[in-house]
Amino acid sequence: MLQKPAMLRAMRVAGALALTLAVIVQAALALEVPPLRARVNDYAGMLSQGTVRQLDLLLKDLEQRESTQIVVLTVPSLEGDALEDFSLRVAEQWKIGHKGLDNGAILLISRADRKVRIEVGYGLEGRLTDLLAGRIIRGIIVPEFKAGRFDQGVLNGVQAMLDAVRGEFKAEDKRDSSGFSSRDLSNVIPFLLLFIFLVFSLGRVSRLLGTAAGGFFMPFLGHMAFSPGLGFLAALAGVGLVAGFILSVFAGLARGSGPLHYGRRPGGGYGGFPGGFSTGGGGFSGGGGGFGGGGASGSW
Amino acid sequence: MKKATFVLTIILSAVVALSGCGYNTMQKQEEKVFKAWGDVEATLQRRADLIPNLVETVKGYASHERGTLEAVINARSKATSVKLSADDLSDPAAIQRLQQSQGELSSALSRLLVVVEQYPDLKANENFKDLQNQLEGTENRINVARQRYNEAAEEFNGSIRSFPNSLTNSLLLHLKRKEYIKADEAAKAAPKVKF
Repeated sequence: MLQKPAMLRAMRVAGALALTLAVIVQAALALEVPPLRARVNDYAGMLSQGTVRQLDLLLKDLEQRESTQIVVLTVPSLEGDALEDFSLRVAEQWKIGHKGLDNGAILLISRADRKVRIEVGYGLEGRLTDLLAGRIIRGIIVPEFKAGRFDQGVLNGVQAMLDAVRGEFKAEDKRDSSGFSSRDLSNVIPFLLLFIFLVFSLGRVSRLLGTAAGGFFMPFLGHMAFSPGLGFLAALAGVGLVAGFILSVFAGLARGSGPLHYGRRPGGGYGGFPGGFSTGGGGFSGGGGGFGGGGASGSW
Repeated sequence: MKKATFVLTIILSAVVALSGCGYNTMQKQEEKVFKAWGDVEATLQRRADLIPNLVETVKGYASHERGTLEAVINARSKATSVKLSADDLSDPAAIQRLQQSQGELSSALSRLLVVVEQYPDLKANENFKDLQNQLEGTENRINVARQRYNEAAEEFNGSIRSFPNSLTNSLLLHLKRKEYIKADEAAKAAPKVKF
């Protein structure tokens, strides 16, 4: 799995670029989505430190046991934006929940607008239905907020959300949240065989032709197999050149009259790819969960 | 033997080269459009499923608002009868038909919710509040699904028009441009569902 770090890196670069673009476009149009700092993002300063810590523990425990992610966001104001639009943008950018499971939910509170929303990821819609989310807001959060008890309202609300989603997922469920799955691999194998065949047959003709074919076909086939980013394609071209040369050498040997003058095999000098893969060093991040606008809104 | 290998190599290279011309990409993008469309249909169905329950609940408190209630029921049955196949996505008239019927349902629904404002007992009813939450959630989902469908369609339409995909498409695939779903004017003008 030599290509894995390079692929991840390429994906991250592409992702970062797309995100940057999205941020630039959105900043020009509407309220910017604040960065995800932790499980509890109290940008409006509505919660006490004790509450934040308590919530963080609760939510961390949930994620460790069941992989389900719930985060809280308070903002001072929506600045005229529609609550549902902003909420979905937050969800799309933070990607709370795990990829494939979509088990994330966000409790969003705008202080000046006196509005609350629970945004629910696809995977939790069965448990935390619009109906239930509405009841949590109406029956649990809003009465406390009306009385000015924001800490209590958020704590009780999050607790109710926890009760609703508990048991829906298990921690083991998240294993295929990133990287290659076996499905990806079975995708790659026919292309790999095709690659070997192509390069081998061209390598029989000439070693140079085989090497060139390797450099050419590897990114092409890689593109067909899983459409990676440009950086990864370039890396594949390098791998292809080396593999093409080695295969050509073997092809030459197979031909029998292999003019192996220098009798020395290249390779061994991969150097590898710099494994620049960091998972945010202990920080908190979403896992790629998807949202489709489920949830409920309310005001106090 | 050697010649056969060479010919085979050239054929295989052609296959590979095709993928460089967007042969696979365009089809993947079209699948994405279809999937996004599936989501739109699912959310519309979800709304249609909620309506009988909503109508029953309102009837309990406001039975003499017969006209408004019937308008909703009729609009619903009309809207659910308009079904589009995958091919219809390239047909402006079909999309227009769907938008029209769904738009009529949206405006019938908002008229009903305006009427409801006059019945404080109904508004205070827990069951009604639940329904309203569900209806709001569904309307929100419809918006999201529509937006995502439009994005997928935009990507696909751009893809089949740009070189070299356009060449591959006109020679081999003949995929058709997909229509966008516009936010319907009736729903925009109508008062927003709020409690």
